[in-house]
Parts: sequence; structure tokens; C-alpha cells
Amino acid sequence: MSKPIELRPDETFVVNVGPQHPATHGVLRVKMRMDGEYIVEAETVIGYIHRMHEKMGELKTYPQFLMNLSRMDYLGAMGYCHGHVLCVEKAAGIEVPERAEYIRVIMVELNRIASHLFWFGAFVMDLGGFSPLMYALQDREYILDMMESVTGSRLTYCYFRFGGLYNDIDDEFIAAARRFIPRMRKSMAKYEKLVTGNVIFRKRLEGNAFLSKEVCRKYGASSAVARGSGINFDVRKNEPYSVYPEFNFDIPVFHECDSLARYNVRMAEIEQSLRIVEQALDKLPDGPIMPAKAPKIIKPNAGDYYQAVETARGSFGVRLVSDGGKTPYRLKLRSPTYSNMHLFDETCTGMMIMDALAFMGSLDLVIPEIDR
Amino acid sequence: MSLTLLNVIFAVVVAIAFAALNAAYLVWAERRGAGRIQRRPGPNINGPFGLFQPPLDGLKLMAKQLTIPGGADKILFVAAPVLSMFPAIMSFVTIPFSEMIVAHNMNVGLLMIFAFASSGSMALLFAGWSSRNKYAMMSAVRSVSQAVAYEIPMLITAITIVLMTGTMDLMEIVRQQGPSILHWNIFPLLTNSHNLLMPFSFLIFFTCTLAETNRAPFDLGEAESELVAGFHIEYGSMGFGLFFMAEYANIVIGSCLTTILFLGGWHPPLPFLGFIPGVVWFLLKIYILIATFIWIRWTFPRTTIYGLLNLSWKILIPISLFNLLLTAGLLKVF
Amino acid sequence: MGAYFSEIFQGLWSLFVGLGITFKEFFKPVVTMPYPYETIEMPARYRGHVELIEDEEGKPKCIVCMACQRACPSDCITLDGEKPEGSKKKVLTSYQLDFTRCSLCGSCVEACNFDALTFSKEYNLASTRKEDFYFDLLKRLEDRNS
Repeated sequence: MSKPIELRPDETFVVNVGPQHPATHGVLRVKMRMDGEYIVEAETVIGYIHRMHEKMGELKTYPQFLMNLSRMDYLGAMGYCHGHVLCVEKAAGIEVPERAEYIRVIMVELNRIASHLFWFGAFVMDLGGFSPLMYALQDREYILDMMESVTGSRLTYCYFRFGGLYNDIDDEFIAAARRFIPRMRKSMAKYEKLVTGNVIFRKRLEGNAFLSKEVCRKYGASSAVARGSGINFDVRKNEPYSVYPEFNFDIPVFHECDSLARYNVRMAEIEQSLRIVEQALDKLPDGPIMPAKAPKIIKPNAGDYYQAVETARGSFGVRLVSDGGKTPYRLKLRSPTYSNMHLFDETCTGMMIMDALAFMGSLDLVIPEIDR
Repeated sequence: MSLTLLNVIFAVVVAIAFAALNAAYLVWAERRGAGRIQRRPGPNINGPFGLFQPPLDGLKLMAKQLTIPGGADKILFVAAPVLSMFPAIMSFVTIPFSEMIVAHNMNVGLLMIFAFASSGSMALLFAGWSSRNKYAMMSAVRSVSQAVAYEIPMLITAITIVLMTGTMDLMEIVRQQGPSILHWNIFPLLTNSHNLLMPFSFLIFFTCTLAETNRAPFDLGEAESELVAGFHIEYGSMGFGLFFMAEYANIVIGSCLTTILFLGGWHPPLPFLGFIPGVVWFLLKIYILIATFIWIRWTFPRTTIYGLLNLSWKILIPISLFNLLLTAGLLKVF
Repeated sequence: MGAYFSEIFQGLWSLFVGLGITFKEFFKPVVTMPYPYETIEMPARYRGHVELIEDEEGKPKCIVCMACQRACPSDCITLDGEKPEGSKKKVLTSYQLDFTRCSLCGSCVEACNFDALTFSKEYNLASTRKEDFYFDLLKRLEDRNS
């Protein structure tokens, strides 16, 4: 629902949504100029949780910086670590054993499911429904328990190493992952009935926040934001990395350009991730998880390297400029949410506050990842 | 005269006690129910089944300081919570719990309850306006437009009942719904109108009750994910407590009214169950309705303000108007 | 007109389906754990803060090579040792862990070539005082032995 706005400065008022507000899920601040319930203009203000990860990357040696990546996005940490280790491996010319790469893919995909589940719950909670969050957390908890038994931590994993992994997965993990797949499919049917089919939910999201392809391209949006607007772009397919070409999976694309399309993309992605995990568990080769002669001190050759990966929140890029030293000359982290979020200012003009906040939920923002 | 006055004062005291007790324990029931729906236990530490939780919560609220924001309209700010509780208490006076238990029966009891119910949104407007908070203000405006939109279908449905029973006396309305479930206004097969659309009328009335009491999925006034807490955002201490109690008292009133108008009041569903006292049936019915309120809240997401107004003006009002005309016609025929 | 009514009925039906699901969930068992009353065993690979490993004599295995201190990204390890007379090896005299800065990355444990460090299983770490998080690992080891 939007209406043409005649700007009458004397009759508008400013509402600060955030930095502490239940809808922003973190310390994002949105300055909204409102005409009644309609937004005349909005400005997102970021930087409340800036921690200088890029600068830290320049000051610390490569292994020391490894644990920072999982602090960027605490919901889908594995994907970010994956991007970083792939980039450094490319720069230093380290060969990764096949088993390690398969396990990485399993972990990243499970983590993607966990992240999407949490987003699903939080999104429905933004719309005022509480119980789906709890159901989603139950399934997510299962994944976290599995991850904890292997990596030792629940959210901020420090599991990937340059050249391989911190430790190997055991039979218990494989059995748990196999049990998880049918369980998750059953839950998806439940969510379909409880949330996706619900008339109130559909009425709120159908036609909410139309994002054209042009707007998505202009701001460099990726993940479900772009795929919900009909842009068939997924780094896993478009710029294949790791062992993804060996798996058979689809990229869900919806053409409605509204919040419901973005929701549908993410829900369909959970199923695709389950397919990847299933195939990876079947094909999992034996072998070492670290290369026989992994270098103790990482000193990449001088040069400019870039590696993009598809994380739960979109296309994440690591650009590494090395001068051959122990620390990078420059480390640039391209975070997907940063691009996705900046659509908000332009799109929410003329929307009502509840629709705008539903739209914000559909973007899947994780604020520490924007500010890094 | 003086006896009636005493009667009313006694009734108000009992009503306050009933409302407060209900409010306290409905919060407990809501939390336990929500917990079970979400597969967690809910409050279970204080006392058996967490039953001491509500009095302890009340004690905590009372021990807190009532802060008034700078620039707020002090009189309205303090008056609003009291005002929100007042209509609910007054409405209890005329609710017949059974043939015997009624404080003061009036021949316009239905009208009186609606009159008080519509003053409830005034309290929300005062609270929102006087808080000097933009979220509270938006919430107040929402609440009022919501109340206006939902009183119309509610009243039209009530008029349908008045047409069928020919009275506004709540006791008389209930008496006409005896003795079995087929005489209740929700399935009026054996009464004078034979209107088969009454179950839909019941749904409309129930939806309007949800909206009138600001309950999910129509809790736009509160809307904690957008307006943080809506009209009571600036209230702490017992000011918040009173709003909270008023919400539950309103739910009880809404369920009482739905029971009286549609579910046959204190009548048992089948005549041979008449040995159980009427008040038990009445309380059973209202608590089933309240459980449904809670159940609905923890299942559905919130509607939007325009979705809510669309629902009222495009669906509920036309259908209830049609039902009113149909009932009038059927009454003429039979 | 038909579309109007079918939309209403479909909407109403979807609401009843949703109510059915929460109704079923209501009767399923509780899945949460009442935490302070019950606790779970941490998995074998759980990574808590670091802890010193002792040898057979109850002395720390650490030979003060400083590898962990160098590996730590946050400079939260400070250790010191001295050579007692007539011995070739250094002996650990103090091992301070500043847990306020530790991010539990485990680099120190990996850097240790002498198997002298491990992760503790402790997770009940909450305090209102900052000083409570400056751990003296040597003292903890002695406390464990005594």
C-alpha cells in the first residue's frame, strides 16, 4: 500500500527507528520522516557496531585473523570463513584435500539452513506471529548441536583452516545429519501450512515492496533479494568454487519482486541445501582433512586476489592484496547485507511503517555484518 | 432505592475482584498456554505449576515507581489507565452469570455494555496522546480507527440478535435460548427465525470482539514489532499493570457477551445436563472462548491497519448487513 | 462475486489449518531444558577457555616456548618461566589468561607442540566483576590437584 507523497514539511515528523528497536534486529538506526503512518523519506544510519574487521585483517597474520570472519555474521558464520580460506588458499597456492572440501560444503549448507531458519522465525515475528520462531529454533538447535559436537562452538565457529579443517567429522555427525534431512523436510511441510498458506501472512506480503530488477542491479543486491526479483544469480552456479559443480541442485528464482517472493526463495533454498547435504554425505570421500605439508606460516605471493562465495545472505567477496608479507597489505570484505540494505531508503518511500518494517524483515539484515 | 445502590456497590466490588483475579490468572494461563504451544513449560517455578507467578508479578509492578515523561499531559497520563479499567468493571454489573447471579439486571443491558465498551478506546487515545511519544500517538490513532470500524459490524450483529429475541435485556436473551443447543442463537434451528447464517454471524461477532479488545491478530495498537509497545510505551509500574488488566478484563467481558448472545448463556447444551448449576456452564463457555483467544494469538501473525479496515468495511459489514436483512425477512415469514 | 466468496472461504480455511497445527503442538512434550535445575554434558570437543595439562608428576607439561602467546590474536596470554639451577628445561612460573579478551578461537591449543594446553568444559562463567576473568591457569592446575 503506498500513496503519492506531497511533501509538507510542517506536517511531517521524524521517527527514529532504532538503534534499539525490535524490528531492526540489532543496532541499525533508520531515520524516518513520516506523514502520519506513511514514510516520506527514510535514511538508514549504520556504524553502531563497527569493529574494524578490515583493519584488523591488515594488522594480524592470516591464521590470527581467521576467527574474525565468523564474528562478521553470527548466523551464517561458516560461509564467511569459507570465502576467506578459499581466497587465502588461492593466494598462497595451497591444495585442499577433497574430503576437507566436501566437509566444508556440508557445514556451509547446514549453516545456511540454520541461518534461513532463524531468519524465517524472526521474519514471522516481525509480522507479529510468535510460535513459528520457536518451531524454527527447535530445528536450528538440532543443527547447532551437530555443529557443536564437531567444531566445539555453536555460533562463532573457527573450524576452517588454510588447507583444510580443524578436525574431522565422525560417524555420529554423519548419522545425525542423515536423521536431520527427513526431519527438516517434515518441518518444512509444517511451516508451509502454518505460515506460507496463512491468509494474513500472504495478504501482508503479496505486492509488498516491489523491487525491480533495475533497482537490485543498481545497488548490487544478491541472495534472495535479487532472486526474488527474477535475477538468476548465485555464485555457486555462476562462478563455481569449491566442489559445488559436482552437486545437482537448482537456484530458486521468483519473478514477483515482492516480499513474498523473497520469502519463497529462502524457503526453497532450504530444500536445495538439504539436497546438497544429502549428495555430499553420499559422495563423501575418504582421506586426510589437511594437506600433507601444510605451511606453518602463510605468506601468499604478492598480488591481488578475489574470491566470491554465496553465503546465506548473498554474494560475499574477499579481496586480498598481498605484498608477500605475513599480513595482508589490504583486505576488503564485500558484505552482501550492506548492498541489500541500501535498497531500503529508496524503496520504502511512500510505504506505511508496518509494510516498511515487513520489507526490512524480508531483506534478512544482520547488522554486525553490515558494519563489520 | 438504597438497597439497589448497596447492591450495585457490592456488585462493583465483586466485579473488581473478579476482574482482577481473572486478569491475573489469565496472564498465567496465557503464558502457560503459549509455552505449551511453543513446546516450552512456561512459568513453572513459583509455586505449583507456577501459580504464584501472577501475585508476585503484581507485587513487583506495585513496588515500582510510576514515571511520567517530561512534557506529558500529567492529568490525562495518570487518568488513562484508570479509565481503561473502568468500562470493563462497569460492564460486569449487568452480566448475568446465571438465573440468580446478576448484580443489576437492566432492560437495556446490551446497550449499556456497548456504551461502556466504546468508551474504552478513549482511554487508549488519552494514553497515546498524553505520553508525548510518537509511537504512542500512532498507536492511539490506529486504535481509534480500529474501534470505529469494528463497532459497526458488531452492533449490526447484535441488532440481529435483538431482532430475533425482541429484547435488549440480557437475561431475557438468555432465557429465550433454552433448553437445548438447538435453541442457541448460533444454531437457531428451533427458534422463531431458523436463520442458517447465524454461525457466520457468530464468527463475525467473535472477530469483532478480537478487534475490539485489541487482541492478536488485531493488536495493532500494541504492535510490539513496529510501535514497540504502542499506547502504553511510556507506562511503567501499575499504570502498565492496569492496562494489562484492562486488556484481560475486556477479554472476559467480550467472551461473556458472546456467550450470552450466541452460546445460550447459562443453559446446558442438552436439557438432561440441567442438574449442573448454570453458573458452571456459563464459566465453562467463557473460559473455552478465552482459551480460543489465547490459541489464536499464538498462531497468527498480525494484520496490517489497512488489511484490518478492508476486512471490516468490505467483508464483515456487508455480510452482517445481509444477515440482518435475512433475519428480518425470515422473522416475517415464520 | 464468486471470487469474493472463494477468497473469504480459502482465507478462513487457512486460518483453521494454522489453528490445527498449533493445537497439535500443544499436546506434544516440552523440548526445552530448565537450565539452572538441569544441565547438559558438554560434547567432547567443546571449546571453553584453555587449561594447562599436567604430566604424571602433576607438574604442567608446558616448557615455556611462548608459541601460544605468539599465536593468540588478542594478546590475552601472558606466561613466564625460569630455568631452575641444574636443569636444562624452563619451568612455568606463571600463566595468565585474560578471558575478557579471549574469543575462544583455539589458536593457542593448535600452536602448542607439546600437548600442554587443552580446552576446559566450563561454561558457567558469569560475574559482575572484571577481575573474575583474569585466570591464573597455574593456580587452577594446583587447585585441581589438591
